[in-house]
Amino acid sequence: MGKEHVDMNTPVIEMRNIVKKFGDFTANDGINLTVHKGEIHAILGENGAGKSTLMNQLYGLIRPTSGDILVRGQKIEMNNPRDAIAAGIGMVHQHFMLIQPFTVTENIVLGTEPVNGIKLDMVKARQNVLDISEKYGLSIDPDARIEDISVGMQQRVEILKALYRGAEILILDEPTSSLTPQEILELIQIMHKLTEDGKSIILITHKLKEIKESADFCTIIRLGKYISTVDVDTVTESDLANMMVGRNVTFKVDKPEMEPGEVVLEVKDLHAKDYRDVEILKGLNLKVRRNEIVGIAGIDGNGQTELVEIITGLKKATAGDVLVNGVSVCNKTPHFGFEHGVSSIPADRQKHGLVLAHSVEDNLILQNYKKDPYAKRSILQRGPIFSHAQEAIGKFDIRPGGSEKRPAGTLSGGNQQKVIIAREVYNDKDLLIAVNPTRGLDVGAIEYVHGYLVEQRNKGKAILLVSFELDEIMSLSDVIDVIFDGRIVSRVPGKEADEKTLGLMMAGGGKA
Amino acid sequence: MKKKRSVIEIISSVRFIHILLAIILGFAVGALFLAVMGVSVGDAYGKLLDSVTTVKGISYVIVYATPYILTGLSVAFSFKTGVFNIGAEGQFVVGSMAAAVTGILLKDLPKPALIPLCFLAAMAAGALWGIIVGTLKTKWGINEVLAMIMFNWIAFYLSNYIAGLPGIKNTGTAEATQTISENARTLLSKQTIADLGLAPTANWGILVALIAMILVWFIIEKTTLGYELKAVGSNRFAAEYGGIGVNRSILTALAISGALAGLGGSLQVMGMGSRISIFSAQEGFGFGGIVVALIGCSNPFGALAAGLFYGALTYGGSKLNLVGAPTQLISVIVGTVVFFIAISVIFERLGGGIRARRNAVAREDKEKREAAKKPPLEEAKEPPAEAAGSGGAPEEEGKEGEAK
Repeated sequence: MGKEHVDMNTPVIEMRNIVKKFGDFTANDGINLTVHKGEIHAILGENGAGKSTLMNQLYGLIRPTSGDILVRGQKIEMNNPRDAIAAGIGMVHQHFMLIQPFTVTENIVLGTEPVNGIKLDMVKARQNVLDISEKYGLSIDPDARIEDISVGMQQRVEILKALYRGAEILILDEPTSSLTPQEILELIQIMHKLTEDGKSIILITHKLKEIKESADFCTIIRLGKYISTVDVDTVTESDLANMMVGRNVTFKVDKPEMEPGEVVLEVKDLHAKDYRDVEILKGLNLKVRRNEIVGIAGIDGNGQTELVEIITGLKKATAGDVLVNGVSVCNKTPHFGFEHGVSSIPADRQKHGLVLAHSVEDNLILQNYKKDPYAKRSILQRGPIFSHAQEAIGKFDIRPGGSEKRPAGTLSGGNQQKVIIAREVYNDKDLLIAVNPTRGLDVGAIEYVHGYLVEQRNKGKAILLVSFELDEIMSLSDVIDVIFDGRIVSRVPGKEADEKTLGLMMAGGGKA
Repeated sequence: MKKKRSVIEIISSVRFIHILLAIILGFAVGALFLAVMGVSVGDAYGKLLDSVTTVKGISYVIVYATPYILTGLSVAFSFKTGVFNIGAEGQFVVGSMAAAVTGILLKDLPKPALIPLCFLAAMAAGALWGIIVGTLKTKWGINEVLAMIMFNWIAFYLSNYIAGLPGIKNTGTAEATQTISENARTLLSKQTIADLGLAPTANWGILVALIAMILVWFIIEKTTLGYELKAVGSNRFAAEYGGIGVNRSILTALAISGALAGLGGSLQVMGMGSRISIFSAQEGFGFGGIVVALIGCSNPFGALAAGLFYGALTYGGSKLNLVGAPTQLISVIVGTVVFFIAISVIFERLGGGIRARRNAVAREDKEKREAAKKPPLEEAKEPPAEAAGSGGAPEEEGKEGEAK
């Protein structure tokens, strides 16, 4: 795993006893990090553990309260990212910083464009980009516009951007969060190629499997504190998880066998067009029964979004039907669907799930604000609204406690998700649609969400789970439907699924 | 942040104080202009103050302020619900024309019938103006700001056209409508006016404005309608996802907003105006409403205070030429105030910088103190839910601290 390249003499990066405080809160409390040349060094920690804070200091976005940063043995003051770039550090953020209408070449050379007199020399720029992409085996199309290329390629563009600026040390912040399994494999290969070439990589992640597959060393941070640095080969995934969370973590979701009941959701020969007016759903059929979790596995863009939007009433179908308990909810309104048994945990909780500017208590009654006891004759009843929120906050452990009147936007991601979950549990509908319900959540919160989904299933709900996390689909689903090109192409019992075959089917290579 | 807060910090974080600061700066810039022109600042501002502090002056201020309070409420309401009603001007114009036409054509109706009818006609006209633009927006996605600006002009020319129609137009030489029926006027009795020494156009329109203000506050804060409108205003996607009819909501918001501006128009013509002239330029009651809403922090009670302030400046400003100061000074002051409100983020930044420095000092102190009594480093045993629960929050706290 490239360990023979490790040069033990001078570390390329050394962060010593880094402390970073925001007001009274200590985000990093004495963290040490040592990275050698040619090494892939993972930084593992839950959300909010302080990983990004640490890396933002290394990249000059924020300054440490105390502690030293050394690059190749030299103490360096990182005042802004320019200092970091000059020191040979490049960072690929979780959310890509690319200009959508620009081409790949334009994005890569942005800010350091080759010029011919006062004119941009795009021919030379294009050649430079091609050279560098060949050198590291990062295949890209230099003339494609960012908006037209896949997420995986966008990520390669981001990496090339950093390499183009002469980065010797690459920081990758949650690089796999939006990639397909195949793209993840490719990324790991690229990372190894880069380290063989003498680059060093710092990988921020909370995915243990990827650390095992790619990293040489791993530094674990918990609640802002330095826990340990370990040689990845000497530890197991569950060792890593226990160090990250500080207790024993169970990965297996405890799911009793259940005989599915009657059909709750039935999607029949559904057709729809996407926003460009191209047919994206091409006759999709699907059934979800009581006491059953049906997982939809697929690569983003194969019609999942549209399917969910149609079931929840946000989008119109061009043909076909959606029945919930035998009633058609297709081409009606979200409210109609809600009244007939549809509830959902939307993919984008900040856009669709919550009104961030509203208080938690108001968000908890988003679909029920007109109903008794929350309103009487069109007048909101603050008393019942408040006590409902109090109960929900207690029962679902929404933190911080007593946040009934706080704007939902001030809560952490995990707690925002809990607000939505609390709301949907109280709504008590027969069908629950969960779209990427654990995106951006840490291990503790993921365990919670998963437990809740299984609990709802056990109670007799029908659950449609759409997720880009194959692990999530595989551990939760009773049945996995693979979506490809607007159709369900195969149906696999959850127990029999394995990642490789699923991945193949998702790419359209499976048996139909 | 439970620590004592310095004065500067409080100033930097309270919206109301930003507004006060902006007003003070507005007057300061006005003074600068006066000084450049060689007019005594004391004289000019003295005159301004004198003219609005007598009983008569106050009654004038109220008369001037009433329509602005309504248009201010209209714009404030629209801000709360996520649309920008720049069309209050046109809604005001059609409202006043609807009230005038009613007051002219139905002049024989008794007062208790005619006055409510005029109000209703004005509100309906204003609401219609709002709904047309709302429909353009919801049905065909036409930008409401552009549509409203055009509809302001349509209202303007429509009003001029109606004012020139036979049966409406003044039979004399004036380029205006006939005077509306006495039964449609909201004036106080001549006796009261004479006894108290009020302005000759003193009227009870302000009471209508006060009722409208309370209603607006009630709708926004207490009703399901307000919940719905605010939800659509701050996140239409979540509102839609939650089952709220977004388009219907936008239409309702614009209709209410339009009705408020239209009502303002009726109060103007039934109180101070008595008739509507054929104008060559827009009068600006609606645009004044934008200023009022901005100064009033888009809050109904704020709109009342800001409307009175605006009325006082307009009335007081008309007396300025008595001391040789130009009336346009008022425009300079108002413009500057709006400018400083628009950039009031700067006050926050200034405060934030000072706070950050203070915190840095406090932090060092605290560290020194805590270094002595550091607890044993065994927090690892803490329940892990803590990690999940407080996970993201600290980062946000950090951000908050920096932003404020």
